Amino acid sequence: MSRPFKPSRIVRRKWLSAFGWVLSAGAFLLVATPLLDILYTVFHKGLSALSFNLFTKVTNGISGGLLNAITGTLALVSGALVFAAPVGILAGIYLSEFGGTRFGQAVRFLDDVLTGVPSIVLGYFSYVTLVIGLGWQFSVLAGSITLAIMVVPYIARFTEIAFLQVPNSLREAGYALGLRELTVITRIALPLALPGILTGVLFAIAISLGETAPLIYTAGWSNFLWNGRLIHEPIGYLTYVVWSFINQPFRSAHALAFAAAFLVILMVLVINVGLTILLKRGRPARPGQR
Amino acid sequence: MTLRPFRIALVLITSLIPLALLAILVFLGRYSWPAITFNGWHFLWGHTWNLGNLYADPIMQRGQLAPIGANYGILVFIVGTLLTSAIALLIAIPVSLGVAIFLAEGLGSNLKIILSFVVELLAAVPSVVYGLWGYAVLTPLVARVIGPGLRSTLGFLPFFSGPIGSGYGLLAASIVLALMVVPIIAATVRDALSQVPPEMKEAAYALGATHFEVVRRAMLPTVRGNIIGACILGLGRALGETMAVLMVSGGALNYFPSNIYSPITTMASFIVSQLDSAMQDPTGMAVRSLAEIALILFIIAVITNVIARLLTGTSRNVSSV
Repeated sequence: MSRPFKPSRIVRRKWLSAFGWVLSAGAFLLVATPLLDILYTVFHKGLSALSFNLFTKVTNGISGGLLNAITGTLALVSGALVFAAPVGILAGIYLSEFGGTRFGQAVRFLDDVLTGVPSIVLGYFSYVTLVIGLGWQFSVLAGSITLAIMVVPYIARFTEIAFLQVPNSLREAGYALGLRELTVITRIALPLALPGILTGVLFAIAISLGETAPLIYTAGWSNFLWNGRLIHEPIGYLTYVVWSFINQPFRSAHALAFAAAFLVILMVLVINVGLTILLKRGRPARPGQR
Repeated sequence: MTLRPFRIALVLITSLIPLALLAILVFLGRYSWPAITFNGWHFLWGHTWNLGNLYADPIMQRGQLAPIGANYGILVFIVGTLLTSAIALLIAIPVSLGVAIFLAEGLGSNLKIILSFVVELLAAVPSVVYGLWGYAVLTPLVARVIGPGLRSTLGFLPFFSGPIGSGYGLLAASIVLALMVVPIIAATVRDALSQVPPEMKEAAYALGATHFEVVRRAMLPTVRGNIIGACILGLGRALGETMAVLMVSGGALNYFPSNIYSPITTMASFIVSQLDSAMQDPTGMAVRSLAEIALILFIIAVITNVIARLLTGTSRNVSSV
């Protein structure tokens, strides 16, 4: 040994290690506190702004209810799923079942890159192509497609992981019985992968619910209930209320903003609790964080 | 070789994902092309954004029809974007490493699941809610507590001295961004740490290392690539973040921040805040210039994400993104 044994060195190292743990626990507290404060602030101010009118009346200038925004958010999110779920699930199936090729690897990589594209860029892209280019104006369809482009990569990766977790022996058993590829995938792998796919779809819903920037450029805003037209008709949504009404110097506008934020975060919270339960049942595999 | 309609359909649908990226590049590029030719390189280093005289007849300038006096320079927003992201990362990186170490190694399995949920929730909070919290809680806090505190401790540095203002500005935006970036870095590093081979840890223990020394000397160096990748991933997120920054940054136009409390604007938040006024331009040059900003943001995002994904190696290990 080059250095003589010194008990004081060990004591010092123990103290330093303890200090390291204190620092890392402190770091955790440093991010947990704002989160709790965010939840507290939004729940506290949001709950006190809740009223029956919120769910029965539409916004009127800077007061009224949120019915138009609530239904609008639901319409936009379901619209996004109509496009994103089939594409994402089928792409995920391709990636897991046949994705060992160069093309598969490239798609997987670009899928990750697409999750990193800022949502405002996607919004502007849709603004240029759909809102102006195709002349749809601010509309449900333009907003939904924008959200769909945003969440497709997540659904694809969640689906891929769900299918990868189905044991190969089950597929082989199917082939041994003479089943065709399509049957093996839809009848054997799909039922087992369904919880994982559902996780991806829930994740996508949580993201779409909270998006604002791309919708400002594609869905616009409307004080009225959506009349069912897919194009040429702007639509309201909850996150717009949060952003826009908090900048108004009126108490009623602030109350609506906090009520809208409360509704959004409540839905996101419920979905995330659901996600954690779903993920705990299987192997914890959670691609992509936003 | 038989024809497999099912596989062909899958390939066609799957190729929509790369096609989406290509389409964004092509359509944003095509739409902003008149602006690109009109603005030239001046776009990147000019620091005034002036829509020009929207009431006079537009004239031909540099081969494009644009309002008289129109001048689009985004250096102020580039500086705002880089400064907020840089300060956010300075705060977020050490904090995220601490969080990742705490979650990966410092806890028993039950507590780990519960406290990991806190970090996942932090990632799930919508950007606009961060903005709302920044508006209602953080900016007053910056104006009354954090700002004066920083000035009295670090005020000898020019960047930390001077007027604190309303609380809206660089510091508030950076803190909000840091909060949004922490879950990304922390989750990636935590997953990488939990995949360090046990032999590696046991070898360090056998040499007499304490638990923290095992983490610090044996585990962290093994996941260095992942840490760098995670930080770049966080950078990509910070560069493109829109709503939260828009709501707490104070919206500076045409001037540079003088200290860390100054109002600023980032490229992403500028796009949102300017749509209404840009649409007043009858020649459309302002809207096309905004498209040029979006195009630049897109290119930056793709580059940072490609680097980050290459470093974290997500393709090999799907569960650790």
